[in-house]
Amino acid sequence: MSYIANTDKQRAEMLAVCGVKNIEELFRDIPADKRPKSFDLAEGKSELEVVAQLTKMAASNYTHLVNFVGAGFYDHFIPAAVDALASRSEFYTAYTPYQPELSQGTLQSIYEFQTDMCRLTGLDVSNASVYDGGTALYEACQMAIAQTGRRRIVLDGGVNPIYRTMLKSYTKNLDIEFVEIAVSHGQSDRAALANAMNEDTAAVILQNPNFFGAIDDHTDIAEMCHAKGVLAVQSVYPLALSLIKSPGECGIDIATGEGQSLGIPLSFGGPYLGFMCARKELSRRMPGRIVGRTVDTEGREGFVLTLQAREQHIRREKAISNICSNEALCALRAHVYLSLLGKEGLKDAAELCLQKANYAKIRLEAVSGVEVMKSSPIFNEFTIRINKDAGDVVGALIEHGFAGGFPLGRYYPGMENYLLIAVTEKRSKREIDQFVAALEEVLCQ
Amino acid sequence: MLIESVVLKMTIIYKKSVVGRRGVTLPKCDVPTKSVIPEKFLRKTDTGLPELSELDVVRHFTGLSRRNYGLDTNFYPLGSCTMKYNPKVAEKIAALGGFADLHPLLPQLRNGGALTQGALAVVYELEQMLNEICGMSAFTLQPMAGAHGELTAMMMIAAYHRKKGNRKNVVLIPDEAHGTNPASAAIAGFEVRTIPTNPETGALDVEALRAHVDEHTAALMLTNPNTLGLFNADIGRVSDIVHAVDAQLYYDGANLNAVLGKFRPGDANFDAVHVNLHKTFATPHGGGGPGSGPVGVRKHLEEFLPVSRVVKRTDGTLALDYDYPESIGYIAPFYGNFGVCLKAYAYILLLGRQGLIDVSENAVLNANYVMHSLKDHFDIPYVNRPCMHECVLTAAKQTTNGVHALDVAKGLIDRGYHPPTIYFPLIVKEALMIEPTETESRETLDGFIAAMKDIADKAASDPDSLHKAPVTTPVSRLDETRAARSMDLIYKE
Repeated sequence: MSYIANTDKQRAEMLAVCGVKNIEELFRDIPADKRPKSFDLAEGKSELEVVAQLTKMAASNYTHLVNFVGAGFYDHFIPAAVDALASRSEFYTAYTPYQPELSQGTLQSIYEFQTDMCRLTGLDVSNASVYDGGTALYEACQMAIAQTGRRRIVLDGGVNPIYRTMLKSYTKNLDIEFVEIAVSHGQSDRAALANAMNEDTAAVILQNPNFFGAIDDHTDIAEMCHAKGVLAVQSVYPLALSLIKSPGECGIDIATGEGQSLGIPLSFGGPYLGFMCARKELSRRMPGRIVGRTVDTEGREGFVLTLQAREQHIRREKAISNICSNEALCALRAHVYLSLLGKEGLKDAAELCLQKANYAKIRLEAVSGVEVMKSSPIFNEFTIRINKDAGDVVGALIEHGFAGGFPLGRYYPGMENYLLIAVTEKRSKREIDQFVAALEEVLCQ
Repeated sequence: MLIESVVLKMTIIYKKSVVGRRGVTLPKCDVPTKSVIPEKFLRKTDTGLPELSELDVVRHFTGLSRRNYGLDTNFYPLGSCTMKYNPKVAEKIAALGGFADLHPLLPQLRNGGALTQGALAVVYELEQMLNEICGMSAFTLQPMAGAHGELTAMMMIAAYHRKKGNRKNVVLIPDEAHGTNPASAAIAGFEVRTIPTNPETGALDVEALRAHVDEHTAALMLTNPNTLGLFNADIGRVSDIVHAVDAQLYYDGANLNAVLGKFRPGDANFDAVHVNLHKTFATPHGGGGPGSGPVGVRKHLEEFLPVSRVVKRTDGTLALDYDYPESIGYIAPFYGNFGVCLKAYAYILLLGRQGLIDVSENAVLNANYVMHSLKDHFDIPYVNRPCMHECVLTAAKQTTNGVHALDVAKGLIDRGYHPPTIYFPLIVKEALMIEPTETESRETLDGFIAAMKDIADKAASDPDSLHKAPVTTPVSRLDETRAARSMDLIYKE
């Protein structure tokens, strides 16, 4: 398959315009001893053949399992209009909106997305997105370090361990100290956090609901932070924010999160959507693209990329971040999703998650060999302790047609018998009942 | 006229909200409901998200899309961005349920690799293909953008020097490099020093490089062909100078579209490389992302690659492997922007070996054709040698009439074209960086060339018409100073 339009005749005429005899003359600057030693790839295939090959590969993946795995990445319903609108090629084949007169569609959608995210989080400013929830959290750490001039970060043990691992990778070559505080009875350990905060601390990083599924009210922790000149950062689950206390209501300074739950497919780990919101005072510390509203020469309303003096193409090594792109198409999906569900629909989706997860929790409490961790209220995910190795149990549940949860032993040594179970609005009562029965059977074996 | 008025009259979606309107009906709750979250954990105020019907939403975004210009609209010669045609079949493949609905944690469950063999094969095989294309020994698909790839490689180079006990803290970068290079090196913890370009050759000044390289040099980041669109034939000497002090040579693959099958960074002793799948391998740019910036390395850096890695076991099945103690760790939550990688994988399968060679040959021919067709109308700093996939013109000549690169760009908009990259590279005044790509036909290029010539004529005869441009778009030039000052970043009632 080739997507090249020019014919041999046209190429010959064009070569003549360039004053060369053949195409190879145009490559004469590449020295002979630097030419490829090998370029051994299969020859091209037709569209028909490639679709057949990839359809077969797609079919070999177990997407038919009834999914109870979450751990920060969830199987939510996506209305068809999200795909239809994000598939308009005027959006998806455009580049970063450097020429605003040709990019009002992208720019307005980002401005509206920034508005959505600020309304959800209860904060003042948002950027146009970063790569994912983990990089958003890392960028929040850098904002806090720049703002406070301090280099110590206190990390709550309820923060997604995938993100905690990412933070440590990113900062291995930097002079930044991380202090981790284990959760106590599933919630942020106030006393230990207070103890860990000192005059060198830039930020305390929290997550709500936390990785174990527990909902918390971090208002008191934000107050403790502010008393010591520390920034309070919270990683959030945006879908849950239609029900639970927003970062703004808790006094949080920077909220970040993974936007995958807002109309973005799981797609084996990406592309996803990192979002970042903050109080107004921090807006010039915000990395990534930001869109602002202005007027044109005729006084008409329009949108542009703004505050670009922060960015790498202007500031080079003095830029506050190296981030150049955002996840604009994913942000567009999230914005379409939020517009379709709207104020009430998002609450309904969250309420369905909440009720179904709580139903599953109640059903599992009755299963012998299962202890449900219930020191805190939950949103759509919760932790159970079982009388067998959770990894083995999940392996056995696959035979019954279930992706039965995420075994916590992978990230928490000593928690080999703990299983994290997520329930979204897509799970029916029947599926939950069958799952409970399958787990019961596996545990009795 | 009716249609124009729809496009011109866009309002903020929040202004269209009507209390009580719904766009989506969710299933009725089929489990017993009860109030389960105590009051103190609940949100006190509504989110204030808009309330719209599905049709309201469809019309809003259709309207917005019509105020946007994509590659499918017309020619998009944005230099350094490789705006080539994005095959539609790749979108279809990425949307297949077996990929789009796949949870990334499935292969991390016990024996879970068996549940995702198809997806792991995409990762494994694409890594192998990129190894062969770039001449490297191992690739990771984790980096989620080009700049993210640069950062990943800089983190690996830091780990390499740390392990060897090298006290190296300086990264050298040419003055013509993309802005992300210095930013990525600085964010990885390095000090950045800038190496000048030799104005005669348009390439890195090798003597200046020699003067800057010392025991503190950790790496040199090089783009080849560089941002002037020129191939640096001195690469052998550059490699010797850098490697003499055990510094690492980094290849910024932003311009790889010029050299497929013609040059492989690995063969020229580049130690690490990133490629932009959203440029060379035809995945769409999405209005600014998502992209994907896989990183390839030579053998001695392999142990530092991010985990997880996909490995082939003796029985031929694929599995995730985390057992690399020297690894820099996770730089993405999972396996990178898989949906993007999948499109690039399909693209390479479609084109194959000869198809990829044809890409670079036609990309370079198209760029030289544009350059030679415009040399009488615009100054071109390095017109006497072939350019690679892009050519850099300057509007310096036009400034005598008060017409700048920005005015040329806006004039192109009124003639139906997306402008080239302007004012970059920084070392060329009034730069116009044109990258036509291989998928554009001669007719399209001729149309663009005619528009550029018309603009050059207007710069002499009627410069004011260019200062006023664009006049054919829904908005004219926007007040960026006002935007930065007023900081109207979210809609408020």
